[in-house]
Amino acid sequence: MWDYIKLIVVGAVVVLAAIAASYARDLPYMVNALTIMLAAVGLFIWTMRGLGDAKPSTDGYADGVVRAGVIATALWGVVGFLVGVWIATLLAFPSLNFEWAQGYLNFGRLRPLHTSAVIFAFGGNGLIATSFYVVQRTSAARLWGGNAGWFVFWGYQIAIVLAATNYVLGATQSKEYAEFEWFADLWLTIVWVVYLIVFMGTLYKRKEKHIYVANWFYLSFIVTIAMLHIVNNLSIPVSFFGSKSVQVFSGVQDMMTQWWYGHNAVGFFLTAGFLGMMYYFVPKQAERPVFSYKLSIIHFWALIFLYIWAGPHHLHYTALPDWASTLGMVMSIILWMPSWGGMINGLMTLSGAWDKLRTDPIIRMMVVSIGFYGMSTFEGPMMSIRAVNSLSHYTDWTIGHVHSGALGWNGMITFGALYFLVPRLWNRERLYSLKLVSYHFWLATIGIVLYASALWVSGIMEGLMWREVDANGFLVNSFADTVEAKFPMNVVRTIGGLLYLTGAIIMCYNLWATVAKGTAKADAAAPVPAE
Amino acid sequence: MSKKPTELEEDEVETTGHSWDGIEEYNNPLPRWWLWTLYATIIWAIGYTIAYPAWPMLTQATPGVLGWSTRGDVAAEIKAVDVANAEIESKLAAADLTTISADADMNSYANNAGKAVFQTWCIQCHQTGGQGAKGYPNLLDDDWLWGGDIESIHTTIKHGVRNEDDDDARFSEMPKFGADELLEAAEIDQVVNFVLKISGQEADAALVTDGAVVFEDNCASCHAEDGKGDRDQGAPNLTDAIWLYGGDEATIRDSVNNARFGVMPTWAARLSESDINAVATYVHQLGGGE
Repeated sequence: MWDYIKLIVVGAVVVLAAIAASYARDLPYMVNALTIMLAAVGLFIWTMRGLGDAKPSTDGYADGVVRAGVIATALWGVVGFLVGVWIATLLAFPSLNFEWAQGYLNFGRLRPLHTSAVIFAFGGNGLIATSFYVVQRTSAARLWGGNAGWFVFWGYQIAIVLAATNYVLGATQSKEYAEFEWFADLWLTIVWVVYLIVFMGTLYKRKEKHIYVANWFYLSFIVTIAMLHIVNNLSIPVSFFGSKSVQVFSGVQDMMTQWWYGHNAVGFFLTAGFLGMMYYFVPKQAERPVFSYKLSIIHFWALIFLYIWAGPHHLHYTALPDWASTLGMVMSIILWMPSWGGMINGLMTLSGAWDKLRTDPIIRMMVVSIGFYGMSTFEGPMMSIRAVNSLSHYTDWTIGHVHSGALGWNGMITFGALYFLVPRLWNRERLYSLKLVSYHFWLATIGIVLYASALWVSGIMEGLMWREVDANGFLVNSFADTVEAKFPMNVVRTIGGLLYLTGAIIMCYNLWATVAKGTAKADAAAPVPAE
Repeated sequence: MSKKPTELEEDEVETTGHSWDGIEEYNNPLPRWWLWTLYATIIWAIGYTIAYPAWPMLTQATPGVLGWSTRGDVAAEIKAVDVANAEIESKLAAADLTTISADADMNSYANNAGKAVFQTWCIQCHQTGGQGAKGYPNLLDDDWLWGGDIESIHTTIKHGVRNEDDDDARFSEMPKFGADELLEAAEIDQVVNFVLKISGQEADAALVTDGAVVFEDNCASCHAEDGKGDRDQGAPNLTDAIWLYGGDEATIRDSVNNARFGVMPTWAARLSESDINAVATYVHQLGGGE
């Protein structure tokens, strides 16, 4: 019965999407409607073929969706890094913005594709996959909601494809990290709410008395992202059949909402979510207890309370009133220690297991990740100070800061989690090659160091050149002078990105070989939610 | 499932007794340095928000006891510079252009100000060093389209070239000899070769002689009989190696066929009198001023 209702609903989606495509007022909307139609057709056929089949077993943990998430994370990661390396190359050699690519693949179209691919496609898939894995293990319960987990996975991939085609074809809200147009926003909201329900449902039926700290962080990430996404994307479509929409907020209110969103995308997506990842995978890989339960409580609540205030530090010296700018700044400074609480808990968990750094490249990756986390969460509050910001704002320093956090912290902890997960999810004795993990580690680390240091130099130089005045108070340098001076740093950053990308490709091979060539574990008994 | 991953050593702190998928938690206290640093940032924050504008109230936010504001700050900085420059600024606005270079203080000020103006408004076409690009004259050499003395440069900057916004803009227009069929194809061949010849390049000798006649009848009224151009009409010198659009045969042919119509905006509406004087001085002293 349920299957027939599903067929009717999916069939209706096919028809509606076809109608939307034929009435489409612009190309991105039409492409998106056709994408949805094709996805629905695929689902329809798949459901038809499965009619009458025996229901798959619902014993044990739901690991299929986690496996799919791991594959998606690795693949989107490579795509995101590749686009990043390419646009870094464009910054160094702008003549590579070929005439034939104008309007589709020039820098302006690819830049949001890069940021969304790495944050939402790579990071988001990593968070969803690991959260599904972690919440089941630490609750000793199967994922709640039957196939709802699969809905979240595929729904999220569709949102990514919609976003990517939108950017390349020129449909954007022009809000940083929130470029999705209204229909992709609505779809993502549905997917995200289902994600929240699946996660909470699993927590609700947990067999452990307490909720593990990793799950607090994952939950805060899911709840807050839902709130941020909805508020920042409040807009009215110009037409039901067009991609363009008009923002509800305007002027300084819009700007403040955008950076309240933007900074908390950093705070809750890239920090809280990934701290959830760290709190599970670091103690598991190190086989050591978490350093301090008290610290985890205090730093969790302090982090959650403070991050939400810090957005205005993106808007120093703008139309934003001074008082809001001051509050954003002081909250960012107070946020320093709560952020470092996660670093202390991560690093101190390794005390007693430091010798593993020599033998286990995965632990090494996690340590470097936590190190970069600590560095970025010191750099961030420092850059939020108005006097520092007057030098750093709008320069490459900001980009360097973001990348030391994204490549160092988010990337490395995700790689560590993937290396941890693949042998377990595919029931393999061990990883295909620890040596390749070591290569990945060094390529990624050297890549980040090159990237971050090139942009520190470039950013500070830019800031100093912009503010340089002569004896009469006239500006000494033109903007074009600073662009020219940045050339060597842009080349170095490209090389750094290339090393990082190479490492990720090696990882993909290693993970693939683990599954394809590795020997299956002797006791292949399906893992069972424990009592 | 809740197996213990590690056996605790004698002197280790207690764990909380929880275990999730084998993960336990120590009951360690908060690190003291961490806690005191957190307190210190909170205390600092309270002090800072008292000193600076911070807390929103019913009608306005607390202004802060220091009375500081970003806008006040930048206004004070701008005022300080304006006050310091006021005297020389008004002197420059009223100055006789030809005397600026003789007054060391004013000359240095005009060059600083002129460079700032140039880098803001002029480099988009004339490039950062003033070296120009195809269609945009090089300002470093001594080859001038509309004159290289400071008065001429000043006029060009103030009113621009061939724009529709300023009645005093420099104006001249070359006919489209090919596109408007003013010359036969053969005649264009001849005159192109003649121009190649007088600019010292290789030319088809058979065509040059006839080309000279075509040139005299059609081109000499602006570019002068000897091809050295006429600054009153902005007509370039065709006998040197300096070209605005290019001196190869194809480009010359293109210029003859379709003519050129380079435009420069008027700056009278956007720049102050002293700014125009300053940037004229700067361009005049870039290297080619007469």
